[in-house]
Amino acid sequence: MRPGAPTPATAPAATSPGQPHPAWALGRRVLRLFLYQRELTPVLITIGLFAYFTVRAGSTFTDQLSLSSAAGYAGPIGAIAVGEVLLLVLAEIDLSTGQIFLFGPWVEYWLHSDGLPLVAAILLALLVCCGVGAINGLITVRLNVPSFVTTLAMNFVLFGLVLIYSNDAQASPIPLSDGSGFSSKLMGTWVWSEILWVLAITILMAVLLTRTRFGTRIVATGGNLIGAAEAGVPVRRVKVWCFVISAFLAGLVGIVDAVKYGNLDPGNFGVDYILYAVGACVIGGTALTGGRGTVIGAFIGAILIGVLEDGLTLIGVSTNDFYVWVGVVIIFAMALNAQFDRLLARTRGT
Amino acid sequence: MSVEAAAQPPAAPASQPVLEVRGVTKRFGALVVLRGIDLVLRQGEVLGLVGDNGAGKSTLVKILSGFHQQDEGDVIVGGERVRFNSVEAARAHGIETVYQDLALIPQLPVYLNLFLGHELTKLGPLRFLDKRGMRRLSRQYLDDINVHVPSVDAETEQLSGGQRQAIAVARAVRAARKILLLDEPLAAMGARESRLIIDLVKDLASTGRVSIIVIDHNYAHLFELCDRINVMQGGRITTDQQVHETSLEKLTELMVSSYRRQIEAVSNAGA
Repeated sequence: MRPGAPTPATAPAATSPGQPHPAWALGRRVLRLFLYQRELTPVLITIGLFAYFTVRAGSTFTDQLSLSSAAGYAGPIGAIAVGEVLLLVLAEIDLSTGQIFLFGPWVEYWLHSDGLPLVAAILLALLVCCGVGAINGLITVRLNVPSFVTTLAMNFVLFGLVLIYSNDAQASPIPLSDGSGFSSKLMGTWVWSEILWVLAITILMAVLLTRTRFGTRIVATGGNLIGAAEAGVPVRRVKVWCFVISAFLAGLVGIVDAVKYGNLDPGNFGVDYILYAVGACVIGGTALTGGRGTVIGAFIGAILIGVLEDGLTLIGVSTNDFYVWVGVVIIFAMALNAQFDRLLARTRGT
Repeated sequence: MSVEAAAQPPAAPASQPVLEVRGVTKRFGALVVLRGIDLVLRQGEVLGLVGDNGAGKSTLVKILSGFHQQDEGDVIVGGERVRFNSVEAARAHGIETVYQDLALIPQLPVYLNLFLGHELTKLGPLRFLDKRGMRRLSRQYLDDINVHVPSVDAETEQLSGGQRQAIAVARAVRAARKILLLDEPLAAMGARESRLIIDLVKDLASTGRVSIIVIDHNYAHLFELCDRINVMQGGRITTDQQVHETSLEKLTELMVSSYRRQIEAVSNAGA
C-alpha cells in the first residue's frame, strides 16, 4: 500500500490528504493484513462464535460430544467446499458434488453387495465418481453448456439413479461401519476421522492451488480465459480435471461419511449440501467471479457453519434460527469481501 | 530442426525462408477475412505488416500462432508443412506471440505472468513451482531490459498499461526460439515505453536468432524496426517493399496512394 493511500475503513471521515497521524500506522497495517489474508475474517468470526457459545453453554459446548457434532456438521460441507473452490476460481460451478457425495457410497455398497471385495468396490466407486466429474467437465467445455446447467442436470440424474437402484429402500449396515478395527476407524467410525480426512484434502488442495503449476493454470484460466489460452494454457483440460478432482473428493469423503453413520438414505438430496458448501466458500473469502479463491478459507467457512449449527442447538435456539444466521453470515462475508476488493483497488494505480 | 539447419551449408543464411504462407484463406461464417495470403519471412528478418482495421492482420497472426486454423492454404515452417491445432503446437515449433488483447492474468504476480506457459518447476512430476527461481530470473531479466515494476510480486492488475505491455512483450521475447509475432506491441504506449519495446525487439533482431513479424500503425516505428514491409488490404497482401530501398516519405506516400486507390475502388463500386 502506498504511503499516501487513505485508510477509509479505519477513519473514513477524518482522513485528510496531509500528514497521516502516526497512531493510524498500526490500524493501517492491521487493515492491510485483513485485505491480503481473506481467511482471517472468518477465523475471527469463528473464534468469536466459539467464545460466545462457551460463555452461553459453558462446558457442555467444549466437551467432546459437542465438538464432534460441530465437526460432523462441518465435515461434508468442507469436503464439498474444498473441491468447489477450484471450480469457483475457474469461474465455473459444480452443483452436482453434493449428490456425488451421496452417490459414491451407494456405488460402493452395490458393488460390494454384488460380491466385489471391499477395497475393489471402494476404488471402483471412486473411479465412477471421477467419471461423473469427467462427464460434467466434457459436457461443459465441449458442448459449451454452462457448468451451472450441466451440473444441475447431473444432480437430478444421480438422484434418480440412486432412487431407481436402491428400490427406494435404505441401505444398512454399510461395510466397515459395524467393525472396530483400524480400517473401520480410519474410514469413519472414529468420531474425528471424517474431519481429519477433510483437513488432509484441504491441505493437499491448498498446496495444489498455490504451489503447483496446475494451480497457476487454474488461476490463469479463471482470471483471463482467452489470455490464458493464448499463452498456451490448455484451458479446457484444466477445467475437466478440476471437475474430476472435485467429484473425486466428494465421493471419497462421502464414503467416509456413510461409514460414520452406518446407513444410506436414498431420499437425501445433494443440493442441500452444495448450497452450504458454496456458502462456506463465500464465507471463506472466495468470490464467484473467477481468478481468486482460497481453499483454507473454504474449510474455515465450513467450520464456522458447523460451530454455528452446533452452538445454536446447544443453547436451545431452534434450527429455524440457524438458517437465518447462516444467511446473515453469508451476506455479511460477501459484502465485506466486496468492500475489501474496493479498498484494494484504491491502493492500485500508478 | 536445429540438426537439419546445422547440416545445411552456411551460405547466405539470411535469405533462408523460415516461414512461408501459401494461399491461406479464413472465413468466419459468411465473413471472408483472408482471401489467399502469400507471405515469406526470412531467417533473422523483421517483417512489418500494415493495413487498415479489418484487413485481416490479426487473423493471420492468430493462424500462425495456432489460435485459429486456416480453411485453405499451407503454412511452412523451416521447410516443413505444418498445421497448428493449438497454441502449444505452434509453440513447439518455436513460435511466440504477443496479442493485441494482452494475454496477462490480472490476478497473478508479474513473475508468474512472465513465466506463464513456461513455468519453472521442481520435484519432478509433482510440478511444484520454483517460485524463488522465477522471482530471481524475472528481477534479473526485467533489470536487463530496463523494465521497471514496483515488485515482481505485484499483481499485473496493479501495473500501468505500459508496464503490462512491456511485461507481455518481454515474456514473448524471452521465450521465442524461432519466430516472434507482435500484434500492435506499441498500442497505447507512451514515448518512453515505446522506445523500450522498440529497443527490446531490435536487440532480439540483431542476434539474427529469431525472425519477427510485427503489426503496427505507426510508419515511423515500422521504418525503424523492419527490414521489409507488407501491406494488407481486404484479406490480401498488396504490396511487398524492402525498407532499405525506400524512405519513410516514399513509404507513407505508397500507403496513402494505395488507400486512395482502394477508396476509389470502393466508391466506384458504389456508383
